[in-house]
Amino acid sequence: MTLQSLDIKQRSASPTTAPEARNPTEIAQLIDVSVCIGCKACQVACSEWNELRADVGTCVGVYDNPTDLSSQAWTVMRFAEVEENGKLEWLIRKDGCMHCTEPGCLKACPSPGAIVQFKNGIVDFHQENCIGCGYCVSGCPFNVPRLSPKDGKAYKCNMCSDRVAVGLEPACVKTCPTGAIQFGSKEDMKEVAAARVADLKSRGYRNAGLYDPPGVGGTHTMYVLHHADTPEQYSGLPADPAISTAVGLWKGPLKPLATVGLAAAGLFGFFHYTTVGPNRADGDTHETHEEDRS
Amino acid sequence: MTEKLIQRYSAAERINHWVVAVCFVLLAISGLAFFYPAFFWLTGVFGTPELARIVHPFVGVVMFVAFARQFFRYWHHNLLNREDVKWMVAVKEVLKGNEVGDIGRYNGGQKAMFWVMVLCLLLLLGSGIIAWRPYFAASFPIPLIRIALLVHAASALVLISSIVVHVYAALWVQGTIRAMVEGVVTHGWARKHHPRWFRESTRGKA
Repeated sequence: MTLQSLDIKQRSASPTTAPEARNPTEIAQLIDVSVCIGCKACQVACSEWNELRADVGTCVGVYDNPTDLSSQAWTVMRFAEVEENGKLEWLIRKDGCMHCTEPGCLKACPSPGAIVQFKNGIVDFHQENCIGCGYCVSGCPFNVPRLSPKDGKAYKCNMCSDRVAVGLEPACVKTCPTGAIQFGSKEDMKEVAAARVADLKSRGYRNAGLYDPPGVGGTHTMYVLHHADTPEQYSGLPADPAISTAVGLWKGPLKPLATVGLAAAGLFGFFHYTTVGPNRADGDTHETHEEDRS
Repeated sequence: MTEKLIQRYSAAERINHWVVAVCFVLLAISGLAFFYPAFFWLTGVFGTPELARIVHPFVGVVMFVAFARQFFRYWHHNLLNREDVKWMVAVKEVLKGNEVGDIGRYNGGQKAMFWVMVLCLLLLLGSGIIAWRPYFAASFPIPLIRIALLVHAASALVLISSIVVHVYAALWVQGTIRAMVEGVVTHGWARKHHPRWFRESTRGKA
Protein backbone atom coordinates (compact mmCIF):
# COMPACT_ATOMS: atom_id res chain seq x y z
CA MET A 1 0.00 0.00 0.00
CA THR A 2 1.18 3.48 -0.70
CA LEU A 3 2.14 5.29 2.46
CA GLN A 4 2.62 8.97 1.94
CA SER A 5 4.10 9.41 5.40
CA LEU A 6 7.46 8.10 4.24
CA ASP A 7 9.71 10.06 1.90
CA ILE A 8 10.61 8.34 -1.34
CA LYS A 9 14.20 8.09 -2.54
CA GLN A 10 13.73 5.95 -5.64
CA ARG A 11 10.72 4.72 -7.54
CA SER A 12 10.73 1.90 -10.10
CA ALA A 13 10.55 2.84 -13.81
CA SER A 14 10.58 6.55 -13.00
CA PRO A 15 13.34 8.35 -14.86
CA THR A 16 13.04 11.70 -13.11
CA THR A 17 14.23 12.42 -9.58
CA ALA A 18 12.19 11.90 -6.42
CA PRO A 19 11.38 14.82 -4.07
CA GLU A 20 14.65 16.04 -2.68
CA ALA A 21 14.01 18.29 0.32
CA ARG A 22 13.38 16.07 3.32
CA ASN A 23 16.16 13.70 4.38
CA PRO A 24 15.23 11.41 7.26
CA THR A 25 17.74 9.14 8.98
CA GLU A 26 18.60 5.80 7.43
CA ILE A 27 17.36 2.92 9.55
CA ALA A 28 18.46 -0.69 9.76
CA GLN A 29 17.41 -3.98 11.23
CA LEU A 30 20.27 -5.93 12.79
CA ILE A 31 19.87 -9.68 13.10
CA ASP A 32 22.40 -11.24 15.44
CA VAL A 33 22.48 -14.83 14.28
CA SER A 34 24.59 -15.85 17.28
CA VAL A 35 21.81 -14.84 19.70
CA CYS A 36 18.89 -16.33 17.73
CA ILE A 37 17.31 -19.44 19.28
CA GLY A 38 15.11 -20.25 16.27
CA CYS A 39 11.81 -19.83 18.12
CA LYS A 40 10.06 -18.32 15.08
CA ALA A 41 8.28 -15.69 17.14
CA CYS A 42 9.36 -13.24 14.41
CA GLN A 43 7.58 -15.35 11.79
CA VAL A 44 4.44 -15.34 13.85
CA ALA A 45 4.63 -11.62 14.59
CA CYS A 46 5.11 -10.91 10.87
CA SER A 47 2.12 -13.00 9.97
CA GLU A 48 0.02 -11.39 12.74
CA TRP A 49 0.89 -7.78 11.95
CA ASN A 50 0.67 -8.14 8.18
CA GLU A 51 -2.35 -10.45 8.38
CA LEU A 52 -0.68 -13.19 6.39
CA ARG A 53 -1.55 -16.86 6.69
CA ALA A 54 0.62 -19.38 4.91
CA ASP A 55 -1.04 -22.72 4.19
CA VAL A 56 -0.42 -25.37 6.81
CA GLY A 57 2.47 -27.40 5.47
CA THR A 58 3.96 -30.78 6.30
CA CYS A 59 7.01 -31.68 8.39
CA VAL A 60 9.96 -32.16 6.07
CA GLY A 61 12.26 -33.55 8.75
CA VAL A 62 13.86 -30.26 9.73
CA TYR A 63 12.57 -27.24 11.61
CA ASP A 64 12.05 -25.09 8.48
CA ASN A 65 8.33 -24.31 8.36
CA PRO A 66 7.22 -22.92 6.00
CA THR A 67 10.14 -24.26 3.99
CA ASP A 68 10.38 -21.19 1.80
CA LEU A 69 9.33 -17.57 1.52
CA SER A 70 5.98 -16.97 -0.17
CA SER A 71 3.45 -14.23 -0.73
CA GLN A 72 2.02 -15.35 2.65
CA ALA A 73 5.38 -15.80 4.42
CA TRP A 74 7.59 -12.72 4.22
CA THR A 75 10.17 -14.01 6.66
CA VAL A 76 11.20 -17.60 7.42
CA MET A 77 13.77 -19.14 9.74
CA ARG A 78 16.29 -21.28 7.90
CA PHE A 79 18.07 -23.95 9.91
CA ALA A 80 21.45 -25.21 8.68
CA GLU A 81 23.41 -28.00 10.32
CA VAL A 82 27.08 -27.54 9.51
CA GLU A 83 30.34 -28.84 10.85
CA GLU A 84 32.80 -26.23 12.10
CA ASN A 85 36.09 -27.10 13.84
CA GLY A 86 35.02 -30.71 14.19
CA LYS A 87 31.74 -30.01 15.95
CA LEU A 88 28.17 -29.56 14.85
CA GLU A 89 26.85 -26.04 14.62
CA TRP A 90 23.22 -25.18 14.16
CA LEU A 91 23.18 -21.99 12.14
CA ILE A 92 19.78 -20.35 12.19
CA ARG A 93 19.09 -17.42 9.92
CA LYS A 94 15.97 -15.30 9.67
CA ASP A 95 15.57 -14.92 5.90
CA GLY A 96 13.67 -12.14 4.20
CA CYS A 97 14.21 -8.92 2.29
CA MET A 98 17.64 -7.35 2.83
CA HIS A 99 16.47 -3.84 1.85
CA CYS A 100 19.48 -3.18 -0.38
CA THR A 101 20.75 0.34 -0.94
CA GLU A 102 20.91 -0.60 -4.64
CA PRO A 103 17.87 -2.86 -4.98
CA GLY A 104 17.97 -5.26 -7.93
CA CYS A 105 14.19 -5.67 -7.75
CA LEU A 106 13.62 -1.95 -8.18
CA LYS A 107 16.11 -1.74 -11.04
CA ALA A 108 14.39 -4.59 -12.88
CA CYS A 109 10.78 -3.46 -12.29
CA PRO A 110 9.11 -2.00 -15.43
CA SER A 111 6.05 -0.57 -13.68
CA PRO A 112 6.26 3.00 -12.36
CA GLY A 113 5.85 3.06 -8.60
CA ALA A 114 5.36 -0.67 -8.09
CA ILE A 115 8.59 -0.72 -6.09
CA VAL A 116 9.78 2.22 -4.03
CA GLN A 117 12.78 2.79 -1.86
CA PHE A 118 12.09 5.12 1.03
CA LYS A 119 14.74 7.54 2.17
CA ASN A 120 15.02 5.63 5.45
CA GLY A 121 16.24 2.65 3.39
CA ILE A 122 13.14 0.45 3.34
CA VAL A 123 12.35 -1.11 -0.04
CA ASP A 124 8.60 -1.56 -0.39
CA PHE A 125 6.36 -3.18 -3.00
CA HIS A 126 3.17 -1.33 -3.89
CA GLN A 127 0.97 -4.11 -5.22
CA GLU A 128 -1.61 -1.75 -6.69
CA ASN A 129 0.99 -0.86 -9.34
CA CYS A 130 2.39 -4.38 -9.74
CA ILE A 131 1.73 -6.03 -13.11
CA GLY A 132 2.96 -9.49 -12.09
CA CYS A 133 5.82 -9.79 -14.59
CA GLY A 134 8.19 -11.24 -11.99
CA TYR A 135 11.14 -9.11 -13.12
CA CYS A 136 11.80 -8.29 -9.44
CA VAL A 137 12.25 -12.01 -8.78
CA SER A 138 14.97 -12.09 -11.43
CA GLY A 139 16.49 -8.79 -10.33
CA CYS A 140 16.90 -9.73 -6.66
CA PRO A 141 20.38 -11.05 -5.74
CA PHE A 142 18.93 -12.71 -2.61
CA ASN A 143 15.99 -14.59 -4.18
CA VAL A 144 13.42 -12.90 -1.94
CA PRO A 145 10.33 -11.64 -3.86
CA ARG A 146 7.53 -14.15 -4.40
CA LEU A 147 4.54 -13.97 -6.74
CA SER A 148 1.18 -14.75 -5.22
CA PRO A 149 -0.51 -17.70 -6.92
CA LYS A 150 -3.83 -15.97 -6.23
CA ASP A 151 -3.38 -12.44 -7.63
CA GLY A 152 -0.10 -12.84 -9.54
CA LYS A 153 1.48 -9.88 -7.76
CA ALA A 154 4.86 -9.79 -6.01
CA TYR A 155 5.22 -9.69 -2.22
CA LYS A 156 8.04 -9.53 0.29
CA CYS A 157 9.00 -8.10 3.69
CA ASN A 158 8.44 -4.34 3.83
CA MET A 159 10.13 -4.00 7.23
CA CYS A 160 6.68 -3.02 8.51
CA SER A 161 6.97 0.31 6.71
CA ASP A 162 3.55 1.22 8.17
CA ARG A 163 4.88 0.76 11.71
CA VAL A 164 8.21 2.46 11.01
CA ALA A 165 6.36 5.41 9.47
CA VAL A 166 4.73 6.13 12.83
CA GLY A 167 7.85 5.58 14.89
CA LEU A 168 7.43 1.92 15.82
CA GLU A 169 9.92 -0.88 15.27
CA PRO A 170 9.02 -3.74 12.88
CA ALA A 171 6.78 -6.46 14.35
CA CYS A 172 9.54 -9.08 14.29
CA VAL A 173 11.86 -6.81 16.25
CA LYS A 174 9.14 -6.04 18.77
CA THR A 175 8.50 -9.69 19.47
CA CYS A 176 12.01 -11.21 19.46
CA PRO A 177 12.49 -12.67 22.97
CA THR A 178 16.29 -12.78 22.93
CA GLY A 179 17.03 -9.41 21.38
CA ALA A 180 18.53 -11.12 18.35
CA ILE A 181 16.72 -8.62 16.12
CA GLN A 182 17.40 -4.98 16.85
CA PHE A 183 16.22 -1.88 15.09
CA GLY A 184 17.50 1.69 14.93
CA SER A 185 19.46 4.08 12.78
CA LYS A 186 21.86 2.29 10.46
CA GLU A 187 24.76 4.05 12.15
CA ASP A 188 23.68 2.88 15.61
CA MET A 189 23.14 -0.65 14.38
CA LYS A 190 26.67 -0.74 13.00
CA GLU A 191 27.96 0.27 16.44
CA VAL A 192 25.89 -2.41 18.16
CA ALA A 193 27.19 -4.89 15.62
CA ALA A 194 30.81 -3.85 16.20
CA ALA A 195 30.44 -4.53 19.93
CA ARG A 196 28.84 -7.92 19.25
CA VAL A 197 31.55 -8.86 16.74
CA ALA A 198 34.27 -7.92 19.24
CA ASP A 199 32.56 -10.08 21.87
CA LEU A 200 32.27 -13.04 19.50
CA LYS A 201 35.92 -12.71 18.54
CA SER A 202 36.96 -12.70 22.19
CA ARG A 203 35.04 -15.94 22.55
CA GLY A 204 36.97 -17.66 19.80
CA TYR A 205 34.95 -16.86 16.69
CA ARG A 206 37.89 -15.43 14.79
CA ASN A 207 35.87 -14.81 11.63
CA ALA A 208 32.92 -13.12 13.28
CA GLY A 209 31.76 -10.06 11.40
CA LEU A 210 28.97 -7.84 10.14
CA TYR A 211 27.17 -8.77 6.93
CA ASP A 212 26.44 -5.50 5.11
CA PRO A 213 27.46 -6.47 1.56
CA PRO A 214 29.02 -3.61 -0.44
CA GLY A 215 28.08 -5.22 -3.79
CA VAL A 216 24.53 -3.91 -3.35
CA GLY A 217 25.63 -0.68 -1.67
CA GLY A 218 25.05 -2.16 1.77
CA THR A 219 21.75 -3.41 3.16
CA HIS A 220 19.20 -2.23 5.70
CA THR A 221 18.80 -5.72 7.08
CA MET A 222 22.22 -6.67 8.41
CA TYR A 223 23.47 -9.82 10.07
CA VAL A 224 26.04 -10.43 12.76
CA LEU A 225 27.56 -13.76 11.71
CA HIS A 226 29.95 -15.92 13.71
CA HIS A 227 31.42 -17.06 10.38
CA ALA A 228 31.31 -13.91 8.27
CA ASP A 229 34.02 -15.36 6.00
CA THR A 230 31.64 -18.08 4.78
CA PRO A 231 28.12 -16.64 4.74
CA GLU A 232 27.00 -19.44 2.35
CA GLN A 233 26.90 -21.76 5.38
CA TYR A 234 23.86 -19.85 6.59
CA SER A 235 21.46 -21.55 4.16
CA GLY A 236 23.04 -19.99 1.09
CA LEU A 237 23.47 -16.37 2.11
CA PRO A 238 25.50 -15.06 -0.87
CA ALA A 239 29.12 -14.13 -0.14
CA ASP A 240 29.26 -11.23 -2.57
CA PRO A 241 25.77 -10.34 -3.77
CA ALA A 242 25.39 -7.85 -6.61
CA ILE A 243 22.90 -7.08 -9.35
CA SER A 244 23.67 -9.66 -12.06
CA THR A 245 25.52 -8.61 -15.22
CA ALA A 246 22.59 -9.68 -17.42
CA VAL A 247 20.14 -7.48 -15.48
CA GLY A 248 22.70 -4.67 -15.45
CA LEU A 249 23.10 -4.78 -19.25
CA TRP A 250 19.36 -5.12 -19.85
CA LYS A 251 18.45 -2.18 -17.64
CA GLY A 252 21.64 -0.23 -18.43
CA PRO A 253 23.58 0.06 -21.72
CA LEU A 254 20.93 -1.77 -23.79
CA LYS A 255 18.56 1.19 -23.48
CA PRO A 256 20.75 3.90 -25.07
CA LEU A 257 22.00 1.32 -27.58
CA ALA A 258 18.42 0.47 -28.54
CA THR A 259 17.48 4.13 -28.79
CA VAL A 260 20.38 4.75 -31.18
CA GLY A 261 19.47 1.68 -33.26
CA LEU A 262 15.79 2.55 -33.55
CA ALA A 263 16.49 6.22 -34.22
CA ALA A 264 19.10 5.30 -36.85
CA ALA A 265 16.62 3.08 -38.69
CA GLY A 266 13.93 5.77 -38.62
CA LEU A 267 16.21 8.67 -39.54
CA PHE A 268 17.81 6.66 -42.34
CA GLY A 269 14.38 6.19 -43.90
CA PHE A 270 13.48 9.83 -43.50
CA PHE A 271 16.67 11.24 -45.00
CA HIS A 272 16.88 8.60 -47.71
CA TYR A 273 13.36 9.33 -48.93
CA THR A 274 13.78 13.10 -48.78
CA THR A 275 17.12 13.00 -50.64
CA VAL A 276 16.98 10.03 -53.04
CA GLY A 277 13.21 9.95 -53.39
CA PRO A 278 10.99 6.99 -54.28
CA ASN A 279 12.23 4.11 -56.40
CA ARG A 280 9.88 3.82 -59.38
CA ALA A 281 9.94 1.31 -62.18
CA ASP A 282 10.27 2.94 -65.65
CA GLY A 283 7.15 3.25 -67.75
CA ASP A 284 5.15 2.19 -64.78
CA THR A 285 4.55 5.46 -63.03
CA HIS A 286 1.24 7.16 -62.97
CA GLU A 287 1.06 10.09 -65.33
CA THR A 288 0.31 12.60 -62.57
CA HIS A 289 3.65 11.94 -60.94
CA GLU A 290 5.49 12.68 -64.14
CA GLU A 291 3.60 15.91 -64.63
CA ASP A 292 4.36 17.03 -61.08
CA ARG A 293 8.02 16.63 -61.70
CA SER A 294 8.37 19.09 -64.60
CA MET B 1 -3.79 0.90 -71.95
CA THR B 2 -4.45 -1.76 -69.36
CA GLU B 3 -1.76 -2.59 -66.83
CA LYS B 4 0.04 -5.89 -67.23
CA LEU B 5 0.08 -7.57 -63.83
CA ILE B 6 1.75 -10.58 -62.26
CA GLN B 7 0.41 -12.38 -59.20
CA ARG B 8 3.06 -12.22 -56.43
CA TYR B 9 1.18 -13.23 -53.28
CA SER B 10 -1.98 -15.35 -52.95
CA ALA B 11 -4.82 -14.30 -50.64
CA ALA B 12 -3.68 -16.88 -48.07
CA GLU B 13 -0.16 -15.48 -48.12
CA ARG B 14 -1.44 -11.93 -47.68
CA ILE B 15 -3.67 -12.83 -44.75
CA ASN B 16 -0.78 -14.73 -43.19
CA HIS B 17 1.47 -11.69 -43.59
CA TRP B 18 -1.00 -9.28 -42.02
CA VAL B 19 -1.70 -11.57 -39.08
CA VAL B 20 2.04 -11.51 -38.34
CA ALA B 21 2.16 -7.75 -38.92
CA VAL B 22 -0.72 -6.93 -36.58
CA CYS B 23 0.73 -9.19 -33.87
CA PHE B 24 4.10 -7.53 -34.36
CA VAL B 25 2.71 -4.02 -33.92
CA LEU B 26 0.85 -4.97 -30.73
CA LEU B 27 3.91 -6.77 -29.36
CA ALA B 28 6.31 -3.98 -30.27
CA ILE B 29 4.13 -1.33 -28.64
CA SER B 30 3.60 -3.26 -25.41
CA GLY B 31 7.18 -4.54 -25.41
CA LEU B 32 8.65 -1.05 -25.77
CA ALA B 33 6.37 0.00 -22.90
CA PHE B 34 7.98 -2.64 -20.66
CA PHE B 35 11.45 -1.69 -21.88
CA TYR B 36 11.34 2.11 -21.70
CA PRO B 37 9.88 3.53 -18.45
CA ALA B 38 9.00 6.75 -20.27
CA PHE B 39 6.82 4.77 -22.70
CA PHE B 40 5.08 2.68 -20.03
CA TRP B 41 1.81 4.36 -20.98
CA LEU B 42 1.92 2.40 -24.24
CA THR B 43 0.76 -0.62 -22.21
CA GLY B 44 -2.62 1.07 -22.76
CA VAL B 45 -2.68 -0.68 -26.15
CA PHE B 46 -4.07 -3.66 -24.21
CA GLY B 47 -6.23 -1.64 -21.82
CA THR B 48 -4.22 -1.70 -18.59
CA PRO B 49 -0.56 -2.39 -17.75
CA GLU B 50 -1.36 -5.70 -16.09
CA LEU B 51 -3.52 -6.81 -19.01
CA ALA B 52 -0.66 -5.93 -21.35
CA ARG B 53 1.66 -8.14 -19.30
CA ILE B 54 -0.87 -10.98 -19.40
CA VAL B 55 -1.80 -10.73 -23.10
CA HIS B 56 1.63 -9.93 -24.62
CA PRO B 57 3.00 -13.50 -24.48
CA PHE B 58 -0.15 -15.04 -25.97
CA VAL B 59 0.00 -12.63 -28.91
CA GLY B 60 3.66 -13.60 -29.20
CA VAL B 61 2.73 -17.25 -29.61
CA VAL B 62 0.18 -16.36 -32.31
CA MET B 63 2.85 -14.34 -34.09
CA PHE B 64 5.35 -17.18 -33.87
CA VAL B 65 2.91 -19.75 -35.23
CA ALA B 66 1.85 -17.45 -38.09
CA PHE B 67 5.47 -16.63 -38.83
CA ALA B 68 6.38 -20.32 -38.82
CA ARG B 69 3.81 -20.80 -41.59
CA GLN B 70 5.58 -18.04 -43.54
CA PHE B 71 8.93 -19.66 -42.88
CA PHE B 72 7.82 -22.88 -44.53
CA ARG B 73 6.34 -20.92 -47.44
CA TYR B 74 9.45 -18.89 -48.16
CA TRP B 75 12.64 -20.43 -46.79
CA HIS B 76 13.59 -22.05 -50.11
CA HIS B 77 13.21 -18.68 -51.87
CA ASN B 78 15.65 -17.13 -49.42
CA LEU B 79 18.81 -19.17 -49.93
CA LEU B 80 21.65 -16.83 -50.87
CA ASN B 81 23.25 -17.12 -54.31
CA ARG B 82 26.03 -15.35 -56.17
CA GLU B 83 23.73 -12.64 -57.56
CA ASP B 84 22.66 -11.76 -54.00
CA VAL B 85 26.25 -11.31 -52.94
CA LYS B 86 26.77 -9.00 -55.92
CA TRP B 87 23.66 -7.09 -54.79
CA MET B 88 24.88 -6.82 -51.22
CA VAL B 89 28.35 -5.62 -52.21
CA ALA B 90 26.80 -2.94 -54.45
CA VAL B 91 24.11 -1.96 -51.94
CA LYS B 92 25.14 1.72 -52.17
CA GLU B 93 24.21 1.74 -55.84
CA VAL B 94 20.94 -0.05 -55.05
CA LEU B 95 20.07 2.64 -52.53
CA LYS B 96 20.33 5.24 -55.29
CA GLY B 97 17.56 3.37 -57.09
CA ASN B 98 19.76 1.49 -59.54
CA GLU B 99 19.23 -2.25 -59.37
CA VAL B 100 22.24 -4.57 -59.39
CA GLY B 101 22.38 -8.24 -60.40
CA ASP B 102 19.98 -10.68 -61.99
CA ILE B 103 17.65 -10.84 -59.00
CA GLY B 104 15.13 -13.63 -58.57
CA ARG B 105 12.06 -13.61 -56.33
CA TYR B 106 13.94 -11.89 -53.51
CA ASN B 107 17.09 -9.75 -53.44
CA GLY B 108 20.02 -9.99 -51.05
CA GLY B 109 18.53 -7.45 -48.66
CA GLN B 110 15.20 -9.23 -48.48
CA LYS B 111 16.92 -12.55 -47.90
CA ALA B 112 19.09 -11.13 -45.14
CA MET B 113 15.96 -9.60 -43.60
CA PHE B 114 14.23 -13.00 -43.77
CA TRP B 115 17.00 -14.76 -41.85
CA VAL B 116 17.28 -11.95 -39.29
CA MET B 117 13.54 -12.31 -38.66
CA VAL B 118 13.84 -16.10 -38.35
CA LEU B 119 16.66 -15.78 -35.84
CA CYS B 120 14.88 -13.07 -33.83
CA LEU B 121 11.59 -15.00 -33.72
CA LEU B 122 13.37 -18.12 -32.46
CA LEU B 123 15.23 -16.17 -29.78
CA LEU B 124 12.05 -14.30 -28.79
CA LEU B 125 10.02 -17.49 -28.46
CA GLY B 126 12.69 -19.33 -26.47
CA SER B 127 13.49 -16.47 -24.12
CA GLY B 128 9.83 -15.49 -23.89
CA ILE B 129 8.81 -18.93 -22.67
CA ILE B 130 11.61 -18.97 -20.09
CA ALA B 131 10.47 -15.61 -18.69
CA TRP B 132 6.70 -16.29 -18.97
CA ARG B 133 4.95 -15.92 -15.62
CA PRO B 134 3.14 -17.52 -14.04
CA TYR B 135 3.22 -20.54 -16.35
CA PHE B 136 6.80 -21.41 -17.21
CA ALA B 137 9.33 -19.12 -15.49
CA ALA B 138 9.09 -20.93 -12.16
CA SER B 139 10.48 -24.08 -13.79
CA PHE B 140 13.70 -22.35 -14.83
CA PRO B 141 16.66 -21.25 -12.68
CA ILE B 142 16.77 -17.51 -11.98
CA PRO B 143 20.21 -16.94 -13.64
CA LEU B 144 18.77 -18.40 -16.86
CA ILE B 145 15.69 -16.16 -16.63
CA ARG B 146 17.98 -13.13 -16.31
CA ILE B 147 19.78 -14.07 -19.52
CA ALA B 148 16.43 -14.75 -21.19
CA LEU B 149 15.17 -11.27 -20.27
CA LEU B 150 18.29 -9.68 -21.75
CA VAL B 151 18.08 -11.81 -24.91
CA HIS B 152 14.35 -11.11 -25.25
CA ALA B 153 14.83 -7.34 -25.09
CA ALA B 154 17.91 -7.33 -27.35
CA SER B 155 16.40 -9.54 -30.05
CA ALA B 156 13.13 -7.59 -29.91
CA LEU B 157 15.03 -4.36 -30.54
CA VAL B 158 16.94 -5.90 -33.45
CA LEU B 159 13.61 -7.10 -34.86
CA ILE B 160 11.88 -3.73 -34.42
CA SER B 161 14.78 -1.89 -36.11
CA SER B 162 14.71 -4.45 -38.91
CA ILE B 163 10.96 -4.05 -39.37
CA VAL B 164 11.42 -0.28 -39.64
CA VAL B 165 13.79 -0.99 -42.54
CA HIS B 166 11.40 -3.62 -43.97
CA VAL B 167 8.47 -1.18 -43.94
CA TYR B 168 10.59 1.63 -45.33
CA ALA B 169 11.87 -0.52 -48.18
CA ALA B 170 8.29 -1.45 -49.09
CA LEU B 171 7.30 2.22 -49.15
CA TRP B 172 10.41 3.34 -50.99
CA VAL B 173 10.14 0.80 -53.81
CA GLN B 174 6.87 2.01 -55.26
CA GLY B 175 4.35 -0.62 -56.21
CA THR B 176 5.51 -3.03 -53.50
CA ILE B 177 2.69 -2.45 -51.00
CA ARG B 178 0.26 -3.52 -53.72
CA ALA B 179 1.89 -6.96 -53.76
CA MET B 180 0.92 -7.48 -50.14
CA VAL B 181 -2.49 -5.79 -50.34
CA GLU B 182 -3.89 -6.81 -53.73
CA GLY B 183 -1.40 -9.58 -54.37
CA VAL B 184 -0.17 -8.23 -57.72
CA VAL B 185 2.74 -6.24 -59.15
CA THR B 186 3.17 -4.63 -62.55
CA HIS B 187 5.43 -6.02 -65.26
CA GLY B 188 7.57 -2.89 -64.99
CA TRP B 189 8.05 -3.43 -61.24
CA ALA B 190 9.00 -7.06 -61.69
CA ARG B 191 11.31 -6.36 -64.64
CA LYS B 192 13.19 -3.68 -62.74
CA HIS B 193 13.44 -5.17 -59.24
CA HIS B 194 13.28 -8.93 -59.81
CA PRO B 195 14.31 -9.58 -63.44
CA ARG B 196 14.96 -13.31 -63.12
CA TRP B 197 11.69 -13.82 -61.27
CA PHE B 198 9.96 -11.77 -64.00
CA ARG B 199 11.35 -14.01 -66.76
CA GLU B 200 10.39 -17.14 -64.83
CA SER B 201 6.85 -15.97 -64.14
CA THR B 202 6.15 -14.74 -67.67
CA ARG B 203 7.83 -17.60 -69.53
CA GLY B 204 5.41 -19.23 -71.95
CA LYS B 205 2.84 -16.52 -71.46
CA ALA B 206 1.86 -13.79 -73.83
